Amino acid sequence: MSSNPTPTGSPTPTASPRPTADEILRLEGLEVHFPVRGGLIDTLLRRPRDVVRAVDGIDLTLRRGEVLGLVGESGSGKTTTGRVVVKLTRQTAGRVSLDGQDVSTLWGTRALRDYRRRVQLIFQDPYETLNPKHTIRDFVMEPLVVNGIGTPAERESRVTDALEAAGLRPARDFAGRYPHELSGGQRQRVVIAGALVMDPQVIVADEPVSMLDVSIRTELLRLMLDLRAERGLTYLFITHDLSLAWVIADRIAVMYLGKIMEIGPAEQVIRSPHNPYTQALVSVSPTPEPRTAGERAKRTILVGETPDAANVPAGCRFNPRCPYVFDRCRVEEPPLFDVGGGQSAACWLAEGGRALPVLPPRPDTVPA
Amino acid sequence: MSTTISGPDAAEPVASSPVAAARQLPKLADPAAPLLVVDNLKTYFSLEGATVHAVDGVSFRLDRGEALGIAGESGCGKTTTALSLIRLLPPNARIEEGSIKLYGIDLVGKSDNALRRYRWREVSIVFQGAMNALNPVHRLRDQIAEPLTQRLGLSEKAARRRAGELLELVGIPKRRGGAYPHELSGGMRQRAMIAMALACDPAIVIGDEPTTALDVMVQAQILALLEDLRHKLGLSLILITHDLSVIAETCDRVLVMYAGRVAEEGSVDEVFRRPRHPYTQKLLAAFPNIRADRRTLDVIPGSPPDLRHPPPGCRFAPRCPFAMPVCTEVVPPEVTFGQVRVACHLYPPGSDGRQVTTAPPDAIGATVPLVEPPPAEPPLEIAGG
Repeated sequence: MSSNPTPTGSPTPTASPRPTADEILRLEGLEVHFPVRGGLIDTLLRRPRDVVRAVDGIDLTLRRGEVLGLVGESGSGKTTTGRVVVKLTRQTAGRVSLDGQDVSTLWGTRALRDYRRRVQLIFQDPYETLNPKHTIRDFVMEPLVVNGIGTPAERESRVTDALEAAGLRPARDFAGRYPHELSGGQRQRVVIAGALVMDPQVIVADEPVSMLDVSIRTELLRLMLDLRAERGLTYLFITHDLSLAWVIADRIAVMYLGKIMEIGPAEQVIRSPHNPYTQALVSVSPTPEPRTAGERAKRTILVGETPDAANVPAGCRFNPRCPYVFDRCRVEEPPLFDVGGGQSAACWLAEGGRALPVLPPRPDTVPA
Repeated sequence: MSTTISGPDAAEPVASSPVAAARQLPKLADPAAPLLVVDNLKTYFSLEGATVHAVDGVSFRLDRGEALGIAGESGCGKTTTALSLIRLLPPNARIEEGSIKLYGIDLVGKSDNALRRYRWREVSIVFQGAMNALNPVHRLRDQIAEPLTQRLGLSEKAARRRAGELLELVGIPKRRGGAYPHELSGGMRQRAMIAMALACDPAIVIGDEPTTALDVMVQAQILALLEDLRHKLGLSLILITHDLSVIAETCDRVLVMYAGRVAEEGSVDEVFRRPRHPYTQKLLAAFPNIRADRRTLDVIPGSPPDLRHPPPGCRFAPRCPFAMPVCTEVVPPEVTFGQVRVACHLYPPGSDGRQVTTAPPDAIGATVPLVEPPPAEPPLEIAGG
């Protein structure tokens, strides 16, 4: 392969696989395959079951104090990855380690007690997460009760601290209320307080602001970043919205059909994507700036939709939709190539750190 | 409807159907009148004995072939405005005042029965959740054919044929017409919804958050489809969304609503590049922009007013960094400056309408970097970087 240095610098050797001090969470070779439930006849005939390869072999490390944006469309496996990290979903293969300690085989409420204290999840929809019949105090206190933490007085004070940390001040004004008495932004703060009460180190936030109006969104993003500064939190920020990841994440990982297609510092991934899928996502991400007809013609609107994860294409899984596809892509899956500056891309065109060539207009990339 | 409609004319492929200018106008229509003129529309809700002023004096106009975006946050009245056009309102809502003139015909005075003539056939709507809007137990083709037989009186056979053509038009292979909604992806369902909306060859299609639940790539596909159809069929489009970026991508003009009123209206180019109303400025600055500088997002402090008791004067005044004494007392008039109409005391009648950009030094929520300089624990250097 000829070398064609990228604007981001020459390729650097891959980082050592040993856990380093600044690393808090590590996923290695993570796979989550769900069996597809076949019909009775399939079972009787002992036909092999199909599997949905939701997550299909990913390596990911979270560095202490960073916000890692995990971006992908529906069916990319981003949410499943998040669920594995908080141990709500069991991986089929691979390792999960927290602070250098392998927690892959840790299961059951008791065994996970300590892990759950340190790794918390924030869900998308504050309307569904909160039980309408429980007060805010009940919701935030629940994890303490379940885990048998503290005396009633200590629990009360931890709830107060968590609510105030989440910006619901003074806490006593909110603790006795019910979810329907709060605005959408306040509910999401309650959900955050519910995670904070355990004093976690890592928070997996799955689309935490997607349901909210823009004016409320910013306040919550700022809250999350303030909490990181105050408490040294690390976030896995899962979103379908590349623009949001751009705003909040230090690094961005782009997932497609169960694999990481590209990962690196946010600035580099957005400004100089080395994977065609990332490039297409960036090009179609709408912005509140009117584009000229010429600018719009440069967008890469991919044809079709993400294929079924039960039927992953051979070779590079993006090849059937890729505007750059060539023969090798159809037979061989590319690994993540280091393209320099801490950025890697899974694309044969990125081998040796090369930048993507300028895209020739292709008739088959024009939507029908 | 008589069966004469189901003649050769009605079976004509939709793609080649006459454009809006040449379509047959309803009786009483004034061919010289603008397509749609909404004047001082007020739609109120009764809620537990109180009156919610959801839409409180909204005026706008839509020309043939034009795409108008109505933007605003939850509860600003954008959806109510659109639903008022064809009166698809809940039972506790009523149009209190104002006029809605389609081809010069006022729809506000029409009985519900008379209005049926206009729904789907003149003005149709694409809703957000295609899964909820489509009937799960009917095949796509039959759902699309229904308005054709019900409203246009086509024969079953002609309606089915046309349904097939409509599916092709929106990019669904004809053979998929036999599928049920759950067998389709979200993007495909939304395409089917668009096919339904186009079934009766309407002049105006309203999209109520038509791409909100979709992935970004599918959203781009659907928006490209809408744009393509607009040009091919000469449609006029009203796009209702909280997502300003969708409007920037697809519309000619934008109407920014706040708390039931028009804050600013004008060409997309002008409003997005030189927003005048402080609310428009704030809203734009609060939007993540992948092409702009990273990590400077604005906050709009406070929350929208309770529309049961809207504040006197400008409704944005309690949250506005520029608020003056007059703002809390007098409702700002809508003043037109060239391509833009704005309701803000910063731009009184007779002023030059030049954009005010410098926030006063004590502005609350002025743009500050979202990420402050490194906290005690320094941010991590990228290995090898």
